[in-house]
Amino acid sequence: MTVKEMAERAELEVLVGADGLDVEVTGGYAADLISTVMANAKQDNVWVTWHLHPNIVAAALIVKLSAIILVSGRQPEQETVQRAQQEGMPILGSSLPAFEIIGRLHGMGILGTV
Amino acid sequence: MLATFHADLHLHTCLSPCAEEEMGPLAIVRQAKKKGLDVIGICDHNSAGNVAAVRQAGRREGLAVIGGVEVCSEEEVHILGLFDEQESLLNMQRLIEENLHGENNPELFGQQSLCDQNDAVVARETRLLIGATELSVDEVVEKIHQLGGLAVASHVDRESFSLFSQLGFVPRGLQIDALEISPLHSVAEAGDSFPQTKGYRLVSFSDAHRLEEIGTTFTTFRGISPSVKEFRKALLGEDEREILN
Ligand SMILES: [Zn+2]
Ligand SMILES: [Zn+2]
Repeated sequence: MTVKEMAERAELEVLVGADGLDVEVTGGYAADLISTVMANAKQDNVWVTWHLHPNIVAAALIVKLSAIILVSGRQPEQETVQRAQQEGMPILGSSLPAFEIIGRLHGMGILGTV
Repeated sequence: MLATFHADLHLHTCLSPCAEEEMGPLAIVRQAKKKGLDVIGICDHNSAGNVAAVRQAGRREGLAVIGGVEVCSEEEVHILGLFDEQESLLNMQRLIEENLHGENNPELFGQQSLCDQNDAVVARETRLLIGATELSVDEVVEKIHQLGGLAVASHVDRESFSLFSQLGFVPRGLQIDALEISPLHSVAEAGDSFPQTKGYRLVSFSDAHRLEEIGTTFTTFRGISPSVKEFRKALLGEDEREILN
């Protein structure tokens, strides 16, 4: 499933990077400790997080994630948006809390790496 | 004339819910002197409420005391703000209070005791000091600097509440004055184990929550007085000031 299909089916809003949504999603990772994301997330995973800080873009690029998903209607900081635009890292969002978003994605077959 | 100062600038008092009740102003000052420290910094979680009492105890016992606060940012990153001027510290405190919510539950988190200089408890702080403020790490550092303070990222080598655990590495453009290495690692070890420290000035303080932890690690610097101003110069290597370890 591509990021675009995932976003449509899970009703995620595309906040940044609408032209980078054709990547195949390999799975998901959820954390608010960016250090654990950098250590454990896999290439082309989507990352569900509460963080808005610009460092999320850099971390996502290091691990080569396919998209960042912000929970609970949180809006990225301005600098986060700018960097995500520059680097072509999609940021999606939903008004739902993390548990609900992850449940939807899991139900659609996007799994964590175990 | 330049002198050498052993500085442990990250100590908690009994105002921090996670610190022992024994961490009264006078007890801290006496223990610090016993350990051979020349200057201590008081940095309770999200409050400077006991700083004045420790300063008084320090003046009486002959120990330099720097006022500070350990701010918890919205990303749950701990940042130390150290100030020479009590007025600036109180301005920082006001900003924290405007951005900190919740009430402490002493049974769950511990007591938050405000003391006089003789370690008598005069009041209990009711705010939830252990919580996170609504200030981003960038806002915290910027505000500390606007008020003339020094901003140090706490215990970056720890797995919780640190700049590295929460945000992975030092955010681009963050004007942090130094990174603190906890007693878990020596500064040299931390430099090897954490490549994210590269290019930043490293200091080491005890983050003491109990009396016996005071001075377990410290940073030695050369300057003309045991002040934030001189410590900053030492970090920058200005006017022959320097960090010695
Ligand atoms: Zn801390
Ligand atoms: Zn601390």
